[in-house]
Amino acid sequence: MRIQLLRNITALTLLFITSISSASPSVSNTPADTESAKTFVFSAIPDQDEANLQERFDKVAVYLQAQLDIDVRYIPVKSYAAAVTAFRNNQVQLAWFGGLSGVQARRLVPGSQAVAQGTEDPFFTSYIIAHSSSGIEPNDSFPAAITGKTFTFGSKGSTSGRLMPEFFIRENLGDTPDKLFSKVGYSGDHSRTIALVQSGAYQVGAVNYKVWDKQLAAGKIDSDKVKVIWRTPSYPDYQWTLRGDVNDSWGPDFQTRLTEALVGMDDPDLLASFPRSGFIAADNKLYQPILDTAISVGIIDAGK
Amino acid sequence: MSAPNSNKTSASALRNISFWFAVSALLCLLLVDLDISTADPWAELSLMAAGALSPSVWSWPTLLSSLANTFAFALQGVTLAAIAGFALALGYRFTLVRAFCAFIRSIHELFWALLFMQIAGLSSLTGLLAIAIPYAGTLAKIYGELFEEVDPAPANNLPVNKRRPLSEFFYSTLPLAWRSMATYTSYRFECAIRSSAILGFVGLPTLGFHLETALSDGQYSEAAAFFYALLLLIGTLHLWLHKRLLPVYLVAVFYYLPPQATISWQLLVRFVSEDIVPAPLRGQTLVNAETVNNVNQWFYALWQLQIWPGLINTVLLGQISLVFTGLLALVLLPLNSSLFLHRRWKRGIGDSLLILLRTLPEYLLAFIGLLILGPSMLPAILALGIHNGAIIGHLLGRYTEELCLRADADRGITLYFYEVLPRIYRQFLAFLFYRWEVILRETAILGILGIATLGFYIDSAFETFRFDVALLLILVSAALNISVDQFARYLRQQLQLKTVPESL
Repeated sequence: MRIQLLRNITALTLLFITSISSASPSVSNTPADTESAKTFVFSAIPDQDEANLQERFDKVAVYLQAQLDIDVRYIPVKSYAAAVTAFRNNQVQLAWFGGLSGVQARRLVPGSQAVAQGTEDPFFTSYIIAHSSSGIEPNDSFPAAITGKTFTFGSKGSTSGRLMPEFFIRENLGDTPDKLFSKVGYSGDHSRTIALVQSGAYQVGAVNYKVWDKQLAAGKIDSDKVKVIWRTPSYPDYQWTLRGDVNDSWGPDFQTRLTEALVGMDDPDLLASFPRSGFIAADNKLYQPILDTAISVGIIDAGK
Repeated sequence: MSAPNSNKTSASALRNISFWFAVSALLCLLLVDLDISTADPWAELSLMAAGALSPSVWSWPTLLSSLANTFAFALQGVTLAAIAGFALALGYRFTLVRAFCAFIRSIHELFWALLFMQIAGLSSLTGLLAIAIPYAGTLAKIYGELFEEVDPAPANNLPVNKRRPLSEFFYSTLPLAWRSMATYTSYRFECAIRSSAILGFVGLPTLGFHLETALSDGQYSEAAAFFYALLLLIGTLHLWLHKRLLPVYLVAVFYYLPPQATISWQLLVRFVSEDIVPAPLRGQTLVNAETVNNVNQWFYALWQLQIWPGLINTVLLGQISLVFTGLLALVLLPLNSSLFLHRRWKRGIGDSLLILLRTLPEYLLAFIGLLILGPSMLPAILALGIHNGAIIGHLLGRYTEELCLRADADRGITLYFYEVLPRIYRQFLAFLFYRWEVILRETAILGILGIATLGFYIDSAFETFRFDVALLLILVSAALNISVDQFARYLRQQLQLKTVPESL
């Protein structure tokens, strides 16, 4: 028994060591760890319709590949934080971020630039939605009656599902959500926020207006049970952010060419992936209000 | 609790400890929020039910590759963990080693994955280490305690004057512990498959990736397909994962998914020298009064806002869930015992039900509970209790098979309370104390319920890229787990509970 055991252990150890040391380029099933330096990789925050992300963004990869004449790949990620981390680690060089994740990414990667945003993004907005049992009716002014209800945000790192709603709640009611509401949850994403408020599990929630409108049009929302009670003032949201060091790998005018390719995207099928009606140029300054808000809400530390 | 004395191993000690655990859970119940806010869960639940009945695979290649990845991470992880755990177990009598093992296993797989992702990215190495490290801690504990518990007679018979510790270990200790080690390791392998699937929640390409995606989009038919695939993988393990084929599978998984990552040293250096350094200390060359003051304020604010409330919630939720787990395990155990279900097919159904319950991710159970009961601690208790209760119930059910009862023993309820329960009670407590720290660790992933456990704050810290805060909170939760582990170890020794029955 002893000899066999020792043999087994030795064999397993050797196997493990060789497999690690042979970790040179070879077959791999995980994305992005064996990319040759010249493949341009991008990602997007998984904000909605996650199951079709790959399909939607593969088409964008094909488009960029044709426009830029380089290898382009899309890798899917599972959370806002993962998108930022991949960007920081240079596993992706370009990402379709939300307002907040973009600001976080650009702080972590000095030199990176917001290069383009959707036509709708300068005037993005969130909906506050409520279950019919809450008895709160739609109004133009902030619904102070949500005080004391149960409330769910979307993902902790979401601009439209967390940051901006929290900001407007604090501004209008003068206190933090955990003091104002009887319970505060984080559903994880917009679709689930809608499902949870529609089921009455939470009485009130905050959601990205685009996701709501899309699901409403698709007939997935029962207006007798859940409705929009308030629309926040507008704020800048999604944008394409590019690492600052891309020109070193893909040529001195790469950032310009990429920006042109993004802004020039006019195929409705491609634009539906985002969903946006078109793209316009953007810069980091446009997102200063998001950064200030994130600092005031305490999601980002001031300074640095 | 009465002081342990000469009759500490008698039934009264067991009664005492059970009584105090139940009382503590009842006291905790008074402190937590258990509101039921009823609403209209049925629309969503009927969608879920319809999905469960009509699984649909949207892409077979995706399903199969994520299935293979799930298996590969699990097998690689457990193999590495078994080797490392064995090495650590050799030093298990040293408090420092025990504390180290308790530390590495007290961090949830998801958090290990998130930590490694900062350095090694979304790579196969990240997945392997996220499983191997906490599992090494767990296996070291099991192996170590098995070594302590083997019959000392063979070792005592060795000549005293020429002791050779190594030979002694290999000839008198290891052979006696070997079978239990193998059985327990194979049981942990099933857990590793679940862990591997769950790693998909943070982005590794396993079943959980697509399962979570489908669930969050409300695509319940697709979710069902991925869930059934996971169930099938776990349910059929005994049919195709034979000991003799293990080397073949090992070579296959290391070939299929070689652990690799492109680690940027720059990132590693930044992570260690900057990211995890407490914010007020960053960029400070000299430690002066002001810096110390800043660090104190930083820590005090964290203590007030996150550490203390997180600790309280974690302990309360953990304690209630632990006792609920125990009760449920006692209710569920007949489902997997031939003493109570005589027919094979009935037992087959019972066994499958338990496998189903323990395979359902707690996260999904919590979501269903949230829909039905509204946000409170109740769905969390149910989710943790059902999952862990099914695991212990299954183990206990199998353990009852080994009991030797009189031929004319009673049946049904009398058999349960007068014959079986007294005989398995020690084992039951041993299993329950084992799950204690696991339950505490699992409280981490219930943030959807808005329950601010330590894990909730750790997750928030990762989301906001405050790795210094994340690390501090991880250290706090590790300290909590180590304390609980020490306490459970003390109880185990006082009550003379055995770790794993040789027969299991």
